[in-house]
Amino acid sequence: MREVTFAEATLEAMREEMARDSRVFIMGEDIASQGGIFGQFKGLADQFGLERVRDTPISETAIVGAGIGAALGGLIPVIDMHFADFLGVAMDEVLNQMSKIRYMFGGQANLPLVLRAPDGVTRSGAAQHSQSLEAIFMHIPGTKIVAPSNAEDAKGLLKAAIRDPNPVIYFEHKDLFRRKGQVPDGEHITPIGKARVTREGDSLTVVSYSRMFTEVEAACQQLGDEVEGKVELIDLRTIVPMDVETILASVRKTHRLLIVHEAVKRGGVGAEISAVVAEKAVEYLDAPIVRIGAKPYPIPFSPPLEREIVPQVDEIISAIRGLLNARI
Amino acid sequence: MNKGTLLRWYRTMMRIRVFEETVNEKFLAGEIPGFVHLYVGQEAVATAICDLLNESDYITSTHRGHGHAIAKGADMKRMMAELYGRETGYCKGKGGSMHIADFRIGMLGANGVVGGGINIAVGAALAGKLLDNGRIAVSFFGDGASNRGTFHEGINMAAIWKLPVIFVCENNQWSSTTFYRNSTAVEDIAVRASAYGIPGLIADGNDVFDVYEKADEAVKRARKGGGPSLLEVKTYRVKGHFIGDPEKYRRREEIMEQLENNDPIKRFVQRVTDENLLSSEELTQVDQEVVEEVKNAVEFAQSSPFPDSSQAYEDLFVEDGVQ
Repeated sequence: MREVTFAEATLEAMREEMARDSRVFIMGEDIASQGGIFGQFKGLADQFGLERVRDTPISETAIVGAGIGAALGGLIPVIDMHFADFLGVAMDEVLNQMSKIRYMFGGQANLPLVLRAPDGVTRSGAAQHSQSLEAIFMHIPGTKIVAPSNAEDAKGLLKAAIRDPNPVIYFEHKDLFRRKGQVPDGEHITPIGKARVTREGDSLTVVSYSRMFTEVEAACQQLGDEVEGKVELIDLRTIVPMDVETILASVRKTHRLLIVHEAVKRGGVGAEISAVVAEKAVEYLDAPIVRIGAKPYPIPFSPPLEREIVPQVDEIISAIRGLLNARI
Repeated sequence: MNKGTLLRWYRTMMRIRVFEETVNEKFLAGEIPGFVHLYVGQEAVATAICDLLNESDYITSTHRGHGHAIAKGADMKRMMAELYGRETGYCKGKGGSMHIADFRIGMLGANGVVGGGINIAVGAALAGKLLDNGRIAVSFFGDGASNRGTFHEGINMAAIWKLPVIFVCENNQWSSTTFYRNSTAVEDIAVRASAYGIPGLIADGNDVFDVYEKADEAVKRARKGGGPSLLEVKTYRVKGHFIGDPEKYRRREEIMEQLENNDPIKRFVQRVTDENLLSSEELTQVDQEVVEEVKNAVEFAQSSPFPDSSQAYEDLFVEDGVQ
């Protein structure tokens, strides 16, 4: 194991996959000359050249559209969206082209393509540079979605996404880029579609992912003995296809469920998980399901306003305490 | 042009024409579901341009895409079966008229979104360049698509990277119910090429000889590494936007004038007859063979089964069973 930042872990994944397979290339805005806004592409252009590490015009529509065409033409594109918020500029390409091509054409073509989408709040990015949009894309059949919470999975899931023969949106939280974590030496792949139980317990299941998973961990640390052996913590890691079995197995054991994400609570991933648990395991529940997510407002700029809208550790702590004591 | 080429052009144009007229008839008879947009009157464009391409070259097409697929070499039987929603169709009945594709011959798909194929062609050309496999790409789109952002972004990107792609704007003058001069600020869409520093060419889209000549220049430029071209072909949509379009937005006389004096197949026959290039026997033989081929395609489609309901769950991801 080695300690590296989340950004370095993604860079390792890129280096290894580009060296392994000459069909892999990356394009996006400011990645070759600048090395990415978060340094996540630093040195790639020197190592692999400007043909395979391509700076593009500010043309998200063309970047994603051309990525689709390049994949159909035999390459494996990794596309950097700069900010997940800019997926909106390429929405037709994601909604009507990328997500439909395989099914609509009867399985004639594979579309191996990774959209890297840096999301979430960091350093007061305000309304157009802070969003967590996975639920919008979860609603569109035909695209896989992953969202790592730590350096190890950042590397493992990116390598898995590049090797996946299907389109994958890779949501990487901007605030995680600089955080350090342990990454295994040698080849490391995190399988898509598998959640991880990181803490075992018998009284409450907490499901989270991406940065908010680290906030849940922080909440559990603060709670210490209060949650020891009681809270079972699941890092979802993949949003689509979702590892429903791991969630259901845990809920059947703990009888209580809390879901925490940074994205807007309304219509979010938590709503989907709640519905699935209600459909398949409602008889196991000893307390109402609780969801924590952002309030349904754009992310405001001023730090106290941002904190008001986006879930904080205190809210998670009180939800955990409440659920541990709750009974229907 | 040698006789073989002329006969090939005639056959392709007739295959498209008879296919489309038959689809029209079968749609009105209630045999074909969905939204169907016919390529009648624009046959010379797909015919001439695809004749310049290799099987491994790429095209992207539009909602009005049957002609491009046929000209690129698609199997008419599987096309017709797809229109009928049958499991023997190109997309096993999952696509229909607006989503016919044949990836084995570089036909990267019709597209239900106007301008949706432009950047896919740019990407396919990028793949051809990076893999150095000599493949070029052609994107067919209409005058309406030339007002979309995909047009601007795609051409600019192809121009800065000198990609082997040809942007073919089939200006059939009508985007759905809107006359193109009511939605487009310039008379010639080809002039927009100058904004990207690439050549802009204009061809008479109802003259297969002229389309071939202009497209040949663009194809040669792409193959030599000279980068993209914008080729505007002036043509006319003689059918409604879709089958069943009441067409209240234009005068009947305008269409009749085109059918009488500007039909690409009539003009071709006139020229090859006047110049004694092909005999009426040769043309008639092609006609008969094409009619037979289309008849067989209809019979194939009609006798093919509908897909089993279980097939609705296949082809989403490479691995079945994943949602």
